[in-house]
Amino acid sequence: YNVLNVKEFKERCTQCAAVSWGLTDEGKYYCTSCHNVTEISKEVINTGDIPNTKIQAINRGLKRKRKLEKGWDWYVCEGFQCILCQQAEALKTLGVGPELKNEVLHNFWKRYLQKSKQAYCKNPIYTSRRKAVVLEENLSHSDWESEPELLSDFSFPFVESGAESQSDVNTQKSFPVIKASQSETASVCSGSLDGVEYSRRKEKGIVKMTMPRTLAFCYLSLLWQRETITLSDLLRFVEEDHIPYINSFQHFPEEMKLYGRDKGIFAIESWPDYEDIYKKTIEVATFLDLPRFPDITEDCYLHPNILCMKYLMEVNLPDEMHNLTCQVVKLTGIGEVDFLTFDPIAKMAKTVKYDVQAVAIIIVVLKLLFLLDDNLEWSLSNLAEKHNEKNKEDNPWFDFRKWYQVMKRTVDEKKQKWEEARAKYIWKSEKPVYHSSIDKSVVYKRREMVVSLQKQFSTLVDSTPTVGKKSPSSFQFSWSEEDTDRTCFHGHSLQGILKKKDQSLTTKNSLYWLSTQKFCKRY
Amino acid sequence: MSDFSGELTRPMAEADQVEKSMLSGTGMSIPWLRKQMETVETGGKKEKDFAKTTSACLGLIQEALLKHQWEKAAEYMHSYFQILEDSDAGKRQAAPEIIWRLGSEILYYHPKSNVETFSTFADRMKNIGVMNYLKISLQHALYLLHHGMLEDANRSLSQAETWRYGEKSSSQDILINLVQAYKGLLQYYTWSKKKMELSKLDEEDYAYGTATQNMRSHSWKTSVNLSALIQIPGVWDPFVKSYVEILYQIVPSHKLMLEFHRILRNSDKEEHHKLGLEVLFAILDFAGCTKNITAWKYLAKYLKQTLMGNHLAWVQDEWRSRKNWWPSFHFSYFWAKNDWTEDKALACEKALVAGILLGKGCRYFRYVSKQGHQGLKKKMKRMNRAVKSYSIVDPGL
Repeated sequence: YNVLNVKEFKERCTQCAAVSWGLTDEGKYYCTSCHNVTEISKEVINTGDIPNTKIQAINRGLKRKRKLEKGWDWYVCEGFQCILCQQAEALKTLGVGPELKNEVLHNFWKRYLQKSKQAYCKNPIYTSRRKAVVLEENLSHSDWESEPELLSDFSFPFVESGAESQSDVNTQKSFPVIKASQSETASVCSGSLDGVEYSRRKEKGIVKMTMPRTLAFCYLSLLWQRETITLSDLLRFVEEDHIPYINSFQHFPEEMKLYGRDKGIFAIESWPDYEDIYKKTIEVATFLDLPRFPDITEDCYLHPNILCMKYLMEVNLPDEMHNLTCQVVKLTGIGEVDFLTFDPIAKMAKTVKYDVQAVAIIIVVLKLLFLLDDNLEWSLSNLAEKHNEKNKEDNPWFDFRKWYQVMKRTVDEKKQKWEEARAKYIWKSEKPVYHSSIDKSVVYKRREMVVSLQKQFSTLVDSTPTVGKKSPSSFQFSWSEEDTDRTCFHGHSLQGILKKKDQSLTTKNSLYWLSTQKFCKRY
Repeated sequence: MSDFSGELTRPMAEADQVEKSMLSGTGMSIPWLRKQMETVETGGKKEKDFAKTTSACLGLIQEALLKHQWEKAAEYMHSYFQILEDSDAGKRQAAPEIIWRLGSEILYYHPKSNVETFSTFADRMKNIGVMNYLKISLQHALYLLHHGMLEDANRSLSQAETWRYGEKSSSQDILINLVQAYKGLLQYYTWSKKKMELSKLDEEDYAYGTATQNMRSHSWKTSVNLSALIQIPGVWDPFVKSYVEILYQIVPSHKLMLEFHRILRNSDKEEHHKLGLEVLFAILDFAGCTKNITAWKYLAKYLKQTLMGNHLAWVQDEWRSRKNWWPSFHFSYFWAKNDWTEDKALACEKALVAGILLGKGCRYFRYVSKQGHQGLKKKMKRMNRAVKSYSIVDPGL
């Protein structure tokens, strides 16, 4: 059902030579490619046009909003897509395989677009025709680049959407009414076409895309690929600026102008929180109806046997402890494939906090060895110290007290540096983001002021170059036997705290629970 | 091993908390509790990390300042400036003052900083927001004064003087007054310098005339400024002193001079005591004050005090230029009779002074003594004794 006879108007645009026309509210033809408005008006030919012109007006209300800056038309979803692209690229730089970006994350995102577009359809990009194409598509193969119409990499504007806006929207399932006129006021505006509407949208059952959720997408992809990056690693990389998140919108293409309500959507002023992202990961996976993820088997990085090894090395504990962590894993059953693998479809979807769990196991082993009642660990340390004094040639016994001293000092130093880095973190983007035409000049002036003040004070700062941006590493601490300044405990022996029992070794310490604790009746 | 993503078993007060708690079955909920407390502190809204950054940064700056680590403070300051762009309007408004205080402190002490750096900074900060202009101008001027740059200070104050911003002006009244006060003080200082130069010049000197005129116009300007100022209730002592000193030069018989004398008398400084004596003598140089009993009382008392303090030289200094005409001006026989008839108390005070300065043989003293002998025996006795002890006239002569 052709709404307007715009197709009859086949002139080439005088400005950009495209043949792609729409109608303004006043009934004049305008070029949907460059928004050049002509003086040629369309006469209403039949009454059948009328109801649809109203729909178009609503549609166009989104596009013909008062624009504070010249630029492309873009939708909030496209913005998030751009950010996900950046994040995927960054992960690639960190050593993650390219399939994560090209296949996994791409597919998850497509799936998201499908799922979220079914309930609302104000977004003219995704017309019924398009949707059909997408749904038919096989999820397992395609490239970001090969689908410019749907998921462009933004080297050119999302032009086709304009031409589609007039096509029928009747086949869409539901049709929320939008009060487009509200967004015309100066105080409520956005660089994106649907920024205002997007921030107000509250639809049940729909997971709305937010900045934290981009990380949920990243983590899901990493988990699917069983990459050697845990959630805590991911978030740490974000904080260290190795993965775009804070001010990632600054890398939008030049023509994608961001202001007004977009600020609330994209300009985030908090680092991601582990619990929050964890929860969102499950939420997104459930929303996307994802199947069971690839199995986490014993040779996977995320399997506690491997992660424990990694953390043992990182916190400078003896390699011999690994044997014990493996035993704990076996005894508790938390190394089982079914326990570890993420299954969103399961009745109560949960995923394991692999990093937290691995560290927990290590703590359990430390407790098995040393009881940690603020008594036994020190007396065992005394024994170790005595032995080491007498047997300087042998492999030293692991001395808990020594380890604690070395480790605490290191951790404290690191913590202080981390806190200082957080205190000095520059949150505000170089290009300021304003709320509306009213405060645009003020915001720019403020930025100018801040920049000039910073310039003045930077000359007063110590000119010795501070440590540059750290190169990303999975390990926050590294220890080496060759390092004479700091003791490395990797090779130290647990001999002093283990004893022979039949054919195997067991811990000298036989207690676990501290005696003041009573078991809860529930157990 | 139990499942860590437990269900909530505890009813939550805040609906928001549903997201946050991942209570494990063991009931170890301390992180949750901390977050709960944080939420309560901020009134239900979780504090953004941006806010945490800025407050931590502020702490680091303050610590660095306390430890006199100027470079480190500058480094943190560099990061702190972003608070001017805080989305929280309240913090944004409070920011310029905080930045000014910390920044000016750093720039005052930092080895690489100089007057130019400071002035650039001050000029920038003055123009952020409207309410800081006067305060910063004033402090900037004081800084310049500190560094001996009086003209620049004067300029800064003059600019500040003309600041107005609609109805906001009234709340800044006090600051405007201070600006004017300091401007006046600067003018006083300039005037004082000119006076000193003048005193070095000879009357014959060709420059004398212009210098005098200069000084006089300055005096007038300054006194106008300051007199307007002291109408406003407040404690203006340092400014009043300068005002009064100028007045003393222009109008020595001004009624404020007695007050001035009192202030000088009560000061700790010796030079003030000397000036106090001068002021007192100066008051009585004028016909209008000849019958002022307070002045005479003060003079009598002060002469005793001065002489007791072994400052005969001071008295002699003052008397030297007056001994030729004061006797006939104040202490003539005519006056003695007149004063005694009109106001005995006045006569007694004058007599005492006369006795000290001219000796007990002088006409005034003898008349009052004789007259007083009949009714005021006690008083006369005291008078005699005083004159005997304090008279600067050598009885041998």
